[in-house]
Amino acid sequence: MSLTILNALVAVVAAIAFAALNAAYLVWAERRGAGRIQRRPGPNVNGPLGLLQPPADGIKLMTKQLMIPGGADKALFMVAPVLAMAPAITSFVTVPFSDTIVAHSMNIGVLMIFAFASLGGMAILLAGWGSRNKYGVMASVRAVSQNISYEIPMLITVITIVMMSGTMNLKELVGAQAGGIWNWNIVPSLSSPLMPVSFLIFFICSLAETNRAPFDLGEAESELVAGFHTEYGSMGFGLFFMGEYANIVIGASLITILFLGGWDCPLGLFPGVWWFLLKIYLLIFSFIWIRWTFPRTTIYGLLNLSWKILIPISLFNLLLTAGLLKVF
Amino acid sequence: MSGPIHIRPDETFTLNVGPQHPATHGVLRVKMEMDGEYIVKAETVLGYIHRMHELMGENRTYPQVLPNLSRLDYLGALGYTHGHVLAVERAAGIEVPERAEYIRAITVELNRIASHLFWFGAFVMDLGGFTPLMYAIEDREYILDMLEAVTGSRLTYCYYRFGGLYNDVDDDFIAAAKAFIPRMRKSLKKYDALVTGNIIFRKRLEDIGPISAEMCRKYGATGPVARGAGIDFDVRKNEPYSVYPEFDFDVPVYHECDSLARYKVRMDEMEQSLRIVEQGLEKLPDGPIMPKKAPKLIKPPAGDYYQAVETARGSFGIRIVSDGTKNAYRFKLRSPTYSNMSLFDEACEGMMIMDALAMMGSLDLVIPEIDR
Repeated sequence: MSLTILNALVAVVAAIAFAALNAAYLVWAERRGAGRIQRRPGPNVNGPLGLLQPPADGIKLMTKQLMIPGGADKALFMVAPVLAMAPAITSFVTVPFSDTIVAHSMNIGVLMIFAFASLGGMAILLAGWGSRNKYGVMASVRAVSQNISYEIPMLITVITIVMMSGTMNLKELVGAQAGGIWNWNIVPSLSSPLMPVSFLIFFICSLAETNRAPFDLGEAESELVAGFHTEYGSMGFGLFFMGEYANIVIGASLITILFLGGWDCPLGLFPGVWWFLLKIYLLIFSFIWIRWTFPRTTIYGLLNLSWKILIPISLFNLLLTAGLLKVF
Repeated sequence: MSGPIHIRPDETFTLNVGPQHPATHGVLRVKMEMDGEYIVKAETVLGYIHRMHELMGENRTYPQVLPNLSRLDYLGALGYTHGHVLAVERAAGIEVPERAEYIRAITVELNRIASHLFWFGAFVMDLGGFTPLMYAIEDREYILDMLEAVTGSRLTYCYYRFGGLYNDVDDDFIAAAKAFIPRMRKSLKKYDALVTGNIIFRKRLEDIGPISAEMCRKYGATGPVARGAGIDFDVRKNEPYSVYPEFDFDVPVYHECDSLARYKVRMDEMEQSLRIVEQGLEKLPDGPIMPKKAPKLIKPPAGDYYQAVETARGSFGIRIVSDGTKNAYRFKLRSPTYSNMSLFDEACEGMMIMDALAMMGSLDLVIPEIDR
């Protein structure tokens, strides 16, 4: 019994450490990457290659005073940032990094991650509402409608994959794709010819779910100042920021597990955690790349894209796959 | 500020966009009556950085007020000082050597390109794309370095004098300007490929933010805003001044009336300005840059004088009423952005806030120029 508790403790600490480290250094990577894209150096003063920038930022954020605006709902205002960060970290518990490195392999892994991802929208809603700021409220209304409309095509795509693999366990999902690139879910097979389209839908939805540009309508700085975190300073803002990056890692991990064969090597050789990390960081790099190259969409354009294009296509794919699975 | 908020479903709320807001690029305030994301009514509140340049123009002598003019519009300052020197030269009857006029035209056009470049970056940033600003600034920096070498300052120039210039251009400037033209043409192609064709960019601008020709006439909008609404008016062509009649250039006009049309007008104008610079450098005559007998003390004869110039933002007019003393009796500035901004209240009614702010970006606002 005590061994189980110890195991759980180690797993939780490892998950938090991984999430926090990633969040901190992804900020650095994003700023360096943005610098490269924009022909400027990016942070390069603190430490070699600016590697000490994240700790410096962290110390700055932690030592600042947490201001609560007058008239704000104190409880909601304080809870929201924690609610943004905590579910993202909790999701790491069930993510399998390789055959052996997984904190807790659950039979409902996919469902659990989506359940926690939905809590992220809740955090944004509470933050906007609790801070009693008109920009905040407008931004949270946007962010929530965005999150709801993008979870639907995402889940339909996941149902398609679950139907093909016959499992909701993330580890078994990867196991079903083992043995090289031709077994991965992204490659169209006889029973699922539209899989690359599904991948694209899922990728777009992940961008929207994590509130990243070009879908960063919740914090559209040219209209809504800073959106839902307008009133947040110090570590309140820091937690939102880290939560965003933790969510990006979760999103990239999910894409890798569902479509890109997890820790499987493209040629079927030396599968292991390095392949998993390589894939998620490539995906994260593409997230960063997209953010710094595209302008922002409009809220109605965004919702139209989801309800008029993504949902019909993903539904069609679901029906097609279901029918073909019955035939073959 | 405490207690629960009660909102009826049909209730609108007031949103203060500004005076400190990232989209207004300065201290402009727009009071918006909002119904959710839609604007029911908007009211522009001006005056946050009013500095009484017109009164200063009446209390100071003509040369003393010259630096004030470049504080109107910090992005295209040379065009405004050009207007002032032209107005005073017309009033006092000062002859300007041809070389000076050519150099004025070249520097004004370079400044116009710099201004449009910055607008281009800031406009795309208003739409959420941060990267083009960095590319635009790189080209703008080249122009600023070039102008700094001859004018002595980078932003708020005081380069022109009544009768000519403060400083002649050297070979370095001419070589740099000649090298700049092909470089800028290449950059324009790049911007076109990177930004104009972008699907998100087009979706946010096409058929959005309509400003019709009637509305432009009603509020006196000029410059790229009017030319994006199909009004073919450019002071350089319609009321030629300086040496502009000598140059062969086109006035880009688009009839779509939307934000994209205004964007296209400015992008095309950069190309036309490059053509003027190219011809100016070719035709640049030798000779003095100041007349032999430039008056030390400027006392225009009593009268009413008006001079309009085409600045980067539109038609800038300057009216001097002289009573024969060394100060103007009345000094009136007609700034283009003020008129362009006036139509915003009417144009943005019923729009969504993000489209309205994209339209505001397409007006190319420089706030110090609205609040003179």
